[in-house]
Amino acid sequence: MINKIIESAEKAVKDIHDGATIMIGGFGEAGSPIELIHALIDQGAKDLTVVSNNTGSGHIGLAALIEHKRVRKMICSFPRTANSTVFPELYHAGKIELELVPQGTLAERIRSGGAGIPAFYTPASVNTPLAEGKESRVFDGKEYVLEHGIKADFALIKSAKADRYGNLIYHATARNFGPIMCTASKTAIVQTGSVVEAGDIDPEIVVTPGIFVQRVVEINHPVHESELVAEAIKYPW
Amino acid sequence: MVETEKNIGWDRAEMAQKLAVDIPDGSYVNLGIGIPELVAGFVPPGRELIYQTENGLLGMGKAPKKEDEDRELVNAGKKCVTAIPGASYFHHADSFTMIRGGHIDVCVLGAMQVSKDGDLANWSTGAANAIPAVGGAMDLVAGVKRILVITQHVTKKGAPKILDKCTFPLTGKGVVESIYTDMAIMDVKADGLYVREMAPGVDFNTLQKKTGCTLKLYKTNKY
Repeated sequence: MINKIIESAEKAVKDIHDGATIMIGGFGEAGSPIELIHALIDQGAKDLTVVSNNTGSGHIGLAALIEHKRVRKMICSFPRTANSTVFPELYHAGKIELELVPQGTLAERIRSGGAGIPAFYTPASVNTPLAEGKESRVFDGKEYVLEHGIKADFALIKSAKADRYGNLIYHATARNFGPIMCTASKTAIVQTGSVVEAGDIDPEIVVTPGIFVQRVVEINHPVHESELVAEAIKYPW
Repeated sequence: MVETEKNIGWDRAEMAQKLAVDIPDGSYVNLGIGIPELVAGFVPPGRELIYQTENGLLGMGKAPKKEDEDRELVNAGKKCVTAIPGASYFHHADSFTMIRGGHIDVCVLGAMQVSKDGDLANWSTGAANAIPAVGGAMDLVAGVKRILVITQHVTKKGAPKILDKCTFPLTGKGVVESIYTDMAIMDVKADGLYVREMAPGVDFNTLQKKTGCTLKLYKTNKY
């Protein structure tokens, strides 16, 4: 019998190794799997490469992971956010690497990684510093730059509902990078608001089919990043 | 800005109003963060625009009341929004398929600099100590059918933002169709930057002095 439900966030992230590449879903706090990130901080893996749109806020979630010096390199599109001081300080001190990627290129690199496409041409960033040193090619008179797919060892994702097969649906704009990150990682670990019976999610509305998901942890009442940031709360609490 | 020039030109709301009338009924529109967001408030009656926000919502509505805020229903600026009846959510690869694939009709963006050839710089000053952050701007200018820029005509220190060539790193080359500032509306054409309309109290000589490239007038201009 297939059952991807894991009893705790702690067990779900247990085998994340030093040096792993991890995709972390979220656009700001929307879709950020904070409980899984906190479990990863407790677990201790370091020297990580993290693929995520932003770099976290305040001193919790992704910002806390970075603050605890677990991240060697960030691959992201927008490392500046309101209340984001952790990444800028380490970046200015030369203690963390940054690979800056246009947001759509980041999405397509992840999608490609999951779809078995090693590289693709995009018009985004042509004639800008972000295209320097990259192969380019002209199609129908227009220039495009070659970008490579990204794969990861793990993904940490937040969903609204899941079943034991790993079928997922999301809530509003918390979906963002979740579906494509699940496809591009060897082990997609999902925290979900509620685990439901197989069949309770109508096949017509499944967003991420279970084949792309390896582990599901139920987190009924996830913390709200903005509330914790407003109160200047740090993780570990 | 010099004290005596305070009442010259359009304010931000008037700039947004000028731009809004140039977006046709039925357009799919992506609005950048800042002044571009004001455009939604000035759509002429009888027109329906559908707003896309690149973090994954087509059919973005107005800001909710404080008590109705959902921190997981946000726009690209991470502000709480609502979804209109008929809206849809999607993941980032689909979002940028809309953007890069040419399915969005109009994108309104702010600018640090714009050149007479329509080059846009709006993501980095290139300063050594700056944290570079690009977001979706490069994808938007590469794929959206029409790129309209809304910006103050000069910087806070009074330096021209509309130039012969951008000195900041580019977001995209030759991508801007028209520029809406507090002083004028200008169109990028193959042979130069044409002034379509000047704000009340602005004359061509004053405008030219505050612009870092040679401006042209349409033959049919009333000026």
